[in-house]
Amino acid sequence: MTDSKYVLVVEDIHKSFGETEVLRGVSFQVAKGETLVFIGPSGTGKSTLLRCVNQLTVPDRGKVWLNGEEVVHSHGKINLYRQKMGMVFQNFYLFDHLTALGNVEISLLKVKKMNKKEAKEKAMHELERVGMVQKANFYPAELSGGQAQRVSIARALAMDPEVMLFDEPTSALDPELTGEVLDVMKNLARAGMTMLVVTHEMGFASSVANQILFMEDGAILERGTPEKIFYRPDFERTQKFLSKMTELYGDLGQKNG
Amino acid sequence: MDSLVFIQKQLLPALLEGTSVTVKLILLSIPFGLLTGIIVAVGRVYGNKTISMICRLYVLFFKGCPLLLLLFMIYFGLPPLGISFSPIAASVLGFVLCNGAYSSEYIRGAIQSVKVGQITAAEALGMTRLQGVLYIILPQAFRRALPGVGNEIIYLIKYSSLAYMITCIELTGAGKIVAARYFRFTETFIVIGIIYLILVTIATKLLNFAERKLYYPGMGPTSFKG
Repeated sequence: MTDSKYVLVVEDIHKSFGETEVLRGVSFQVAKGETLVFIGPSGTGKSTLLRCVNQLTVPDRGKVWLNGEEVVHSHGKINLYRQKMGMVFQNFYLFDHLTALGNVEISLLKVKKMNKKEAKEKAMHELERVGMVQKANFYPAELSGGQAQRVSIARALAMDPEVMLFDEPTSALDPELTGEVLDVMKNLARAGMTMLVVTHEMGFASSVANQILFMEDGAILERGTPEKIFYRPDFERTQKFLSKMTELYGDLGQKNG
Repeated sequence: MDSLVFIQKQLLPALLEGTSVTVKLILLSIPFGLLTGIIVAVGRVYGNKTISMICRLYVLFFKGCPLLLLLFMIYFGLPPLGISFSPIAASVLGFVLCNGAYSSEYIRGAIQSVKVGQITAAEALGMTRLQGVLYIILPQAFRRALPGVGNEIIYLIKYSSLAYMITCIELTGAGKIVAARYFRFTETFIVIGIIYLILVTIATKLLNFAERKLYYPGMGPTSFKG
């Protein structure tokens, strides 16, 4: 359970909002450098699950271990864990009053307590990784959705996280802008980043995921390699969902495959 | 001609002294009033039940209390209880309590208008709630609250004349004394009015400058040009 081969272990997460049970006992493990992709119909708790991992949403029951240490919500402690789990949101959530550079710098200055020069160097390096150096002095309102999302990835990477959590990173983007964000994510995965990704981008899932987890009604219905999930799923429901996705978004691999 | 000589010889020297007291009252009250407003607003939005309740009661009380009555209570009502202030200190305290209550309402509204994702993103980066509020929420909220808070500062300039009622000889008080001595009310009050107008104009310009300086793209349409 606290096996050192896993960076992240999630065990039996339950979460209800009022009467609605959103997560009904979800468990999984992630080895270093692995990419796990969560797919499934809307409203099945995928986003809530990611938020339970870094405790932005506190689970009712269940545990999360990061590098063998239990992630607990006791104050002070949780902030240390969150630094190690970078998160990218569907709507970017860039800080509106700061430039792209300022967005990446702020946590280096205030959380990591770096000095100005160090923070700027590090921030510029992260912006370079996502191809956004030339927009460093632009405000979020002046960026396209794809550019904003790349900046938010740089902001998360700046904290040198052990795991990156992506919550539908391309769902708010125009179709022609998803590619630039997915490319950044693919490069990250190739560079050995450990990633959890909630997405409807089946092309990305099939080409990058080590494991795909199909979620329905707050539980993981089945999991396996892309090969297995896409071509030999155990459940008809998985099959149905995938063919619906294909109908909507075109063939696997056709887009960004 | 007679009036001009009076204004030059008797009135202006007295008013100058009074103006310096008024400016002192204002400059002391603004920062503490703002600070109070920010703390109370943050307490109301982010504090636990008790803190939030205390902040709500504070606003309720000082918004409901006439400022003159408040000044009387501080200056005349507290000494029997063993707490006494100089006229200036009592005035500043009254102004700060009043200004803080009103400003906190503008700041609270501005805090609540900041998108919830901003604090979520801050916390996801490992910031504490306090860091998120200080570095992410307040800078955005303050810019949005500035027009309203600025209005309160303009009010403050004008209600600072109430300090005269607790023996703090500021601009209006200094003028009234001269006017009564020489029986020259018309000239005196016109000149005093002009001086307040100048003070308010300067404050307005400074506030506009601050608004321009603190603007960032995406805040919405601008009301200033250039």
